[in-house]
Amino acid sequence: MSERDADAEGLPGPAPEDRRRPTGRRSSQGIRIDPEAEAEHPPRRTVISALVEHEPGVLARVSGLFSRRQFNIESLTVADTQNDDWARITVVVEEPDPGIDQVEKQLEKVVPVIHVRELETDAVTRELVVVKVDADRPHEVHAITEMYNGKTLDAGPRTITVELTGDEQKINDAIDAYRQFGIREIARTGQTALARGETKTAVVPDHLK
Amino acid sequence: MTDHGAVTEPGDAEPDADSEAAEPTDAADGDATKRTGAESVIASLETAGVETVFGVQGGAIMPVYDALYDSELRHVTMAHEQGAAHAADAYGAVTGDPGICMATSGPGATNLVTGLADADMDSEPVVALTGQVPTDLVGNDAFQETDTVGVTTPITKSNYFASSPDSVGEDVSTAFALANHGRQGPTVVDLPKDVTTGETEVDPVEPEVPGTVDVQTHADDEKVAAAAQTLVDADEPVILAGGGVVKGDATEELYAFATEHEIPVVTTMPGIGAFPEDHDLALEMAGMHGTGYANMAITLTDCLLAIGTRFDDRLTGGVDSFAPDATVVHVDIDPAEISKNVEADHPLVGDAGTVLDQLDEAMPGSPETDDWVAQCREWYREYPLDYAAPEDEPVKPQYVVEAVDEATDDDTVVTTGVGQHQMWACQYWTYTEPRTWVSSHGLGAMGYGLPSAIGARVAADDDQSVVCFDGDGSFMMTCQELVVAVREQMDITVFVLNNEAIGMVRQWQDAFFEGRRMASEYPWVPKFDTLAEAFGADGFRIEDYDDAPGVIEDALATDGPAVVDVYIDPTEDVYPMVPSGGDNGQFALTGDHL
Repeated sequence: MSERDADAEGLPGPAPEDRRRPTGRRSSQGIRIDPEAEAEHPPRRTVISALVEHEPGVLARVSGLFSRRQFNIESLTVADTQNDDWARITVVVEEPDPGIDQVEKQLEKVVPVIHVRELETDAVTRELVVVKVDADRPHEVHAITEMYNGKTLDAGPRTITVELTGDEQKINDAIDAYRQFGIREIARTGQTALARGETKTAVVPDHLK
Repeated sequence: MTDHGAVTEPGDAEPDADSEAAEPTDAADGDATKRTGAESVIASLETAGVETVFGVQGGAIMPVYDALYDSELRHVTMAHEQGAAHAADAYGAVTGDPGICMATSGPGATNLVTGLADADMDSEPVVALTGQVPTDLVGNDAFQETDTVGVTTPITKSNYFASSPDSVGEDVSTAFALANHGRQGPTVVDLPKDVTTGETEVDPVEPEVPGTVDVQTHADDEKVAAAAQTLVDADEPVILAGGGVVKGDATEELYAFATEHEIPVVTTMPGIGAFPEDHDLALEMAGMHGTGYANMAITLTDCLLAIGTRFDDRLTGGVDSFAPDATVVHVDIDPAEISKNVEADHPLVGDAGTVLDQLDEAMPGSPETDDWVAQCREWYREYPLDYAAPEDEPVKPQYVVEAVDEATDDDTVVTTGVGQHQMWACQYWTYTEPRTWVSSHGLGAMGYGLPSAIGARVAADDDQSVVCFDGDGSFMMTCQELVVAVREQMDITVFVLNNEAIGMVRQWQDAFFEGRRMASEYPWVPKFDTLAEAFGADGFRIEDYDDAPGVIEDALATDGPAVVDVYIDPTEDVYPMVPSGGDNGQFALTGDHL
């Protein structure tokens, strides 16, 4: 399109500082913002549920997606469902809103994924933890276990192992309570969840049912 | 190891597992409906309408090659698997249909990785078929074993490990359909040797995408209406056409929309060819090395209609200074691209052509753009693409690009490597037709030029010319593919813009690293004309302006492959330039602006 100009000496046009400038601004997340009140989205914690085809490698695809896109993943659980062909992956993420939006959209693109949604805050969420503590004060350990509706799985002369289920906050509180006895080991499952009441956690298109 | 021996001496390539491959397949005997898994793979390709396959032989892929022996498919043997992947990628770019590449297990498959990553970044339809060790050896670190599915998962749209001769044909069909569906991209089918040698009675099936994949082509009408109103109300609208316009075959719809409503058009680099660059509304490419006028327009626009672009950082610069005043209408077939990098005010998920038609119907009128178009033309005059070219200096690369453009037809396919030459090929060639610009955009893979020219040559019409601009650094990475162009007598003309450097790196070192030219200067590059002759191609050289027109004419007139070693001015840099993460409106026209 440009004509070659053998006599041209450098290029014309105003230098950068002399050019017309835009007045607006965007945040580092690409969102147009009011310069007076720069609005950055703070991260929030949320539960995303994905119904996937139960086939080898699907978990690797999903977890690989999270790691390479640098999504901040708090927990991830996966197991089969009422249908042998499907598995449900429950992911707890802590991201700003645009990140949560991306997690959903990118998950939706993974071929074996049937449906993805972010669960409401009233969703039924549960986690299981197994805690092994020192058995020096067995009665007190038992009392705490009772308080949290837990169950003693194993009690020996040196260690007591208990099981608790509940929402994330309850598990955290219980673990704090056990600290006084000396915690030897903890195994947590991460959260799993379903939408409350009649709300469907996943919508499966008819041709896949 | 995979490049030699395996073709003529199977035993050398795979000392442990050659016996089963050496046996002829017996599908022809006995029951006529029986075929091997390998034959099923080839039958599936044929059912999908594939005509050409690019590849390299090897131990674990031998059964598939054996099935190719009796097939009508054309096989182009490449010198290196990376070449096969790039050729398939370019084939996909030029035809719009998936390009197929094949490689053996282990090193063959890993050599495809760069090409697959490239296709993934540029949404090019590619299907890679890789050999794999027999299933009973998988996981045991067997000879030439690599977890190909694992390695390629992050760089493909999807991939499959073929588990049985009965299902392998369907795996290939699905991979083909998926590569070609919605937002195109690369897929892989990993083929264990016992699966390809085993027998099946299952017939090939038509390509079909998995039921979980649902692509929305028609955007929500209410959202379209709102976007159309915004466009009509805009004073300074700009269309940003990305690669999705070309891949979606929506260039006619774009042309109709832009010209009817008098809206200037800027393209991304993959979007080159989406809109004719000789049109008055064309502002050409924006971004790091985009034109000054394109960058002024996208910086100051109040309404950006972005179509089929993922807002790569090479385009946007820092997102906080990207089109800060603009209401953004974003059309994309991939919902995940909407608001990924730049928040969209009007997200329109759908196929580029369909949504453009919808928008056109929904437009209550046209925006008043006379002043704005005049302003864009003013910038066009203020910031022309130009270069100083005194006759006594070494040849300017920009001149070579312009001269070759002038000497060839409009439908000439241009492919490039990656570097300064690639930017000059963007800037100084006037692209007027879609699918005539083939380059490594997102991944920026040096070495893309020659193999992509081979793929483009196979894909292009016989009367279409194929020209490759390469740099000396980029050409050195895959120049062995010349052997393919010579063997197949492909009419390709390669212009190596030779500045004895990885020029783009050197330019950055001069600008941002105080001129400390660590490892960027290549004073030891071979004479590329002589190198070409060693391969059996025609070699030419341009040392000054006097040589240029005649040599360009002679090289283009050569029937087979020709390589022109162009001694360009080694001091020439690429401008305009927006420093990485910078503000597009503050592009530098010279080093003084940096």
